[in-house]
Amino acid sequence: MSRLPVSEQELVERFGPHLNQEPPGGWNHGLDIDREVKTHCCFCGQQCGIKLKVANDEVVGFEPWYDFPFNEGKLCPKGVKRYLQGNHPDRLLEPLERDASVEGGFRTVSWERALDRTVQEIRRIQDAYGKDSFALLSGVSLTNEKSYLIGKFARLALQTANLDYNGRLCMVSAGAGNKKALGMDRAPNPWSDIPLADVVFVAGANVAECAPITTSYIWRARDRGAKLIVADPRVTPLARTADVFLGLRPGTDSALMGSILHVLIENDWLDHHFIDEHTSGFADAAAAVSGYTPEWGASTCGVPADRIIEAARLWGTSDTGMLLHARGIEHQSKGVENVLSCINLGLATGKYGKPGCGVSTITGQGNGQGGREQGHKCDQLPGNRDVTNPEHRAYVAGVWGCDESEIPGKGLTAQEIIEAIHDGQIKGLLSICFNPAVSLPDTANTAAALDKLEYYSVIDFFLSESAQHADVVMPGSLHEEDEGTTTSVEGRAIKINAAVPPPGNARRDWEIFLDLAERLGRGKYFRYNGTEEIFDEMKVASHGGTADYNGMTWQRIEDEQGIFWPCPEPGHPGTPRLYEGGIFAHPDGRARFHGIEFRPPAEVIDEDYPVWLTTGRVISQYLSGTQTRRIGALVEQYPEPLCEMHPRLAAELGVESGDLVTVRSRRGNMTTPARVVETIRPDTVFIPYHWAGDRAANQLTNTALDPISKIPEYKVCAVSVEKAEGHVEIRDRRVTTLQERAAGGGHTAGDPEGRAAR
Amino acid sequence: MNPAAPTIVDPLVGARMFVIDQSRCIGCEACVQACEECGTHRGQSLIHLEFVERGATTQTAPMVCMHCDDPTCAEVCPADAIKQNEAGIVQSALKPRCIGCSNCVLACPFGVPKYFALPDQMMKCDMCYDRTSVGLAPMCASVCPSQALWFGTEDEFEETRSGQLMHEFRFGNQVVPTKVATVVADRTAGPVDVMTADDAPRWQDDPFGLGDG
Repeated sequence: MSRLPVSEQELVERFGPHLNQEPPGGWNHGLDIDREVKTHCCFCGQQCGIKLKVANDEVVGFEPWYDFPFNEGKLCPKGVKRYLQGNHPDRLLEPLERDASVEGGFRTVSWERALDRTVQEIRRIQDAYGKDSFALLSGVSLTNEKSYLIGKFARLALQTANLDYNGRLCMVSAGAGNKKALGMDRAPNPWSDIPLADVVFVAGANVAECAPITTSYIWRARDRGAKLIVADPRVTPLARTADVFLGLRPGTDSALMGSILHVLIENDWLDHHFIDEHTSGFADAAAAVSGYTPEWGASTCGVPADRIIEAARLWGTSDTGMLLHARGIEHQSKGVENVLSCINLGLATGKYGKPGCGVSTITGQGNGQGGREQGHKCDQLPGNRDVTNPEHRAYVAGVWGCDESEIPGKGLTAQEIIEAIHDGQIKGLLSICFNPAVSLPDTANTAAALDKLEYYSVIDFFLSESAQHADVVMPGSLHEEDEGTTTSVEGRAIKINAAVPPPGNARRDWEIFLDLAERLGRGKYFRYNGTEEIFDEMKVASHGGTADYNGMTWQRIEDEQGIFWPCPEPGHPGTPRLYEGGIFAHPDGRARFHGIEFRPPAEVIDEDYPVWLTTGRVISQYLSGTQTRRIGALVEQYPEPLCEMHPRLAAELGVESGDLVTVRSRRGNMTTPARVVETIRPDTVFIPYHWAGDRAANQLTNTALDPISKIPEYKVCAVSVEKAEGHVEIRDRRVTTLQERAAGGGHTAGDPEGRAAR
Repeated sequence: MNPAAPTIVDPLVGARMFVIDQSRCIGCEACVQACEECGTHRGQSLIHLEFVERGATTQTAPMVCMHCDDPTCAEVCPADAIKQNEAGIVQSALKPRCIGCSNCVLACPFGVPKYFALPDQMMKCDMCYDRTSVGLAPMCASVCPSQALWFGTEDEFEETRSGQLMHEFRFGNQVVPTKVATVVADRTAGPVDVMTADDAPRWQDDPFGLGDG
């Protein structure tokens, strides 16, 4: 029974999101600090180095960490204001148990009660319905150590196959594509390769807002004369400056890449030596695109044919080139095919294993890369091992000291777990670092599933919208309250250092799992005195897998400012660039082309739903917003979701900027202000997804999954748009009128009128 | 505008200087948020960041103080409250002298000074003098993800960046040499009229190939 204990309004009044506006003690508080702690940003896979300023065991500010080589002090606004998530009025300080009779719907309980109740319920449900009826959902804002621990906890303590993670909404299409084509799941390049490229091709990646620091790498290439190609349904801030812009229709990425491959073949802009010596399957790939002329591409993708030819020419005739892709192509029911179609372009022109060459995914979540390697993904064991492979299972069982038969098999993926709750197969759920109520598609479907659970327990530092449904909430730790490692977009393992201890009775996440394991009678597998001991076991568990950390130590990682895996032995320098010399990770050393025939998205526009919807992020918010919707300075930047639409569509609808519009899909509807801009295709609207409840873009999105990666199709669905009653002034302090400027500069950070809260 | 190529004021040789390349700005507001964290004006961001015209483009324009050789803000100040320090940095109005008249806000050709009702004082970018005077880069240029805001020596600029530095600006008959530079593609090409489109067709004129660009 997991319906909300009290009204959403009452929950929000007690638990937020409230806005933290000022550092501890206020702006005028002294700047005396006790220490600066070198660590990394908790938002996004770039994992920028940052120094946190600490006074009286509170994080009070930041200082650029100039010496960390990846970002050299650079940060986006989320990193700058990240320190405001600590010392927050919404911070959970005590375990909670749902109680509708209490104001706010939850009463404070002891840790004993929270842990005992959770274990009682796990036992009751598993005794009644079987081990797999209790699922665990995890997330990749967690360190490698926690990811490893949770994977082991699910398999050996909960003994359930049904463990999955929110990387399912992020990296899985890229991971699956890379494994199929190249034999290994990692971006093949260190980012220092980007400035060495003569052409940079950005496909389905809003680099400026989702991976901001990468912008500087791309400009370093351009300062050397590199050309920039961008494929996106919107003219994003980076796309604005591109040499070639391919403003494609959502869901046509593999058609665009296929058409480019067609042009490469027609003009013989190919690296035949590379194709012959280092790949297989080129004939299949070529056959699949034989009819994909630029004219066909133009009509399928809605991109002028001459631009497709020009993009192919730049990519095919440049000696070096990097193709960077992200969720735009991956969040589709053909996400893996889209990735493979990009990889085909890299293989056809020999752009692998050399300086300035590669096709790289841009990791979205903080530890998106490392999290999945350590085995908290339903089909993987540590070291990126396969949970269905007997040899892999036997190796990990040896490290864990268990019988191989004790490791459950492959479980359900995140969205499938929600459907299994609906079907009655899954009755209980423990989640950490995952806010499915906001981040999964079709939020009504997700909420209805959470309501059907017999028991739901959440570990989190704030009461997320998912935790509102919980029976027991256990207060865990923020990124800055624990130490460990993560692995960045580059495949570089880095050290996360604790700046402060958890406040109140909040606890480090890993300690909570150890206590649960003990109570489940499986404590013998979980004897750790600290997270470094978890790392030391994890690296052994990874040894021999593709993601091999065996040669790393915490000390080395810190001393060397990160180590790129694979690093199989002590003294091994790590592997910044993969596939050097064209040697790929398949047993025969060859990469695989794939024949990719275009197929349309799961849902296409029609008379009732005539407009494409695509969703994504804004610079000032991160994922489901559990953290960033609580930081005043970030909320002020972009306070609520806006529906971006082209003036041509707006004119058809009689809509002006600021008018409310109702956007409907087959799943639900939402009403939100329109922002009329020429920077989006006229057949497409865009809504960012960071908000909850009636402001959630995922009320509209489709639960259709990629058949291989099981990633949901967030980036394409069909909607109708109509003008609604009402008009608001769009609050964006980057827009000021001449009058406001004359009067003293419009909105400023110190202006309380500019601080929007809703 | 005068068609003659503007003369260039040499930046301090060997010293680091501040450069704005507006074309690289991604509008992320890291600079705005970081400026607010500066020790000398905590909670007040002094940098400007605006969309040029959001309806048409994502182009945004960051603006720090250009630190003019002969600052107009100081010239028009009736209270003589705006001073340059020995390094040529134009500072916020002196609190005891500032009368809050906003002459400087209106007169600055770059629109930089901000008047704050609380504490009834004009405050403006001082190029993070607390940081630059001890060898650190200004906050905004430190964090800027696209390095549209850049801090370094002229040699470093020439080695690593494209474009040329512009240190002198004309507003009607007023010639304004500045310590901070902006970046143009070709300084010798003469003044650029930003309101006139380039003759060459560009995809930006019709991003989605609608044929009505």
